[in-house]
Amino acid sequence: MELSKCELLKKISEYQFICVELNLYIDTHPCDEAALRDYLVYSQELTELIAEYEQRFEPLMNFGHSPTSAGSYVCSQWPWEI
Amino acid sequence: MWIYQKKLEYPVNITRPDLRMAKSLLAQYGGPDSELAAGMRYLTQRFTMPDDRVRATLNDIGTEELAHWEMLGTMIYQSIQGASIQELEAAGLLGYYTMHKRGVYPASPEGVPFTAAYIASTGDPIADIVEDLSAEQKARATYENLMDQTDCPEYLNPLRFLRQREIVHYQRFGECLEILQSIIPNNNEKVRFVANGRVIDSGCACVD
Repeated sequence: MELSKCELLKKISEYQFICVELNLYIDTHPCDEAALRDYLVYSQELTELIAEYEQRFEPLMNFGHSPTSAGSYVCSQWPWEI
Repeated sequence: MWIYQKKLEYPVNITRPDLRMAKSLLAQYGGPDSELAAGMRYLTQRFTMPDDRVRATLNDIGTEELAHWEMLGTMIYQSIQGASIQELEAAGLLGYYTMHKRGVYPASPEGVPFTAAYIASTGDPIADIVEDLSAEQKARATYENLMDQTDCPEYLNPLRFLRQREIVHYQRFGECLEILQSIIPNNNEKVRFVANGRVIDSGCACVD
């Protein structure tokens, strides 16, 4: 079943947090093969989730990093308004 | 450069505003151990770090701190938007209202404005990382003091998340200190280590 906008944003946040955490770990453990593999898997999953969100709802990023014709970067809700 | 993503790192949704909490939360928005001070400190210190791993850690934790700063700003904003002048006065925020209305301003709970003096950066790698270890512990303690002041999950959940991040950052900075201690005795020589089959020159960028 297709996730709602809110559910998809939450899932993006979860995968993004995994990537933040792995990224910081890899910063001080750049040779840890298992962490590097995990990071690649979750990074790809995150990219796909963001692409789905942006195609269905609205751009998340500025400066040309959200190629989508859906929604509006200007008029979508700001995170402190949700 | 930085790219902005129009979402918070962890959700904030204050539907039961607590002005007393809003005042206390200013500590982490504009105080000496605030997310703002931490972010600016790390992003400033990274230029002179003699190791790519430590430079990357400062860059990425500094960036994450800005996301935490945005969470704090959101909590304060959502807490004070609907407040009456009487409610603000009762919470000790009349002076704040006089100068900032219901805006979000980086100052301590007692109204001391944020200052660049909080951005401790000495140019000495060991001094800077030890400063950062201390900063993470002070922020962790501050989050615990904030959590002592409320039972409301709308405040507690983001505060728990933020407290936990201080602990992870402290761990990473501890590893940075070990890295620095391992290379600084050989400071006069080029320090090299291998990552992913590539030699990383700790004095500058990665080289093949």
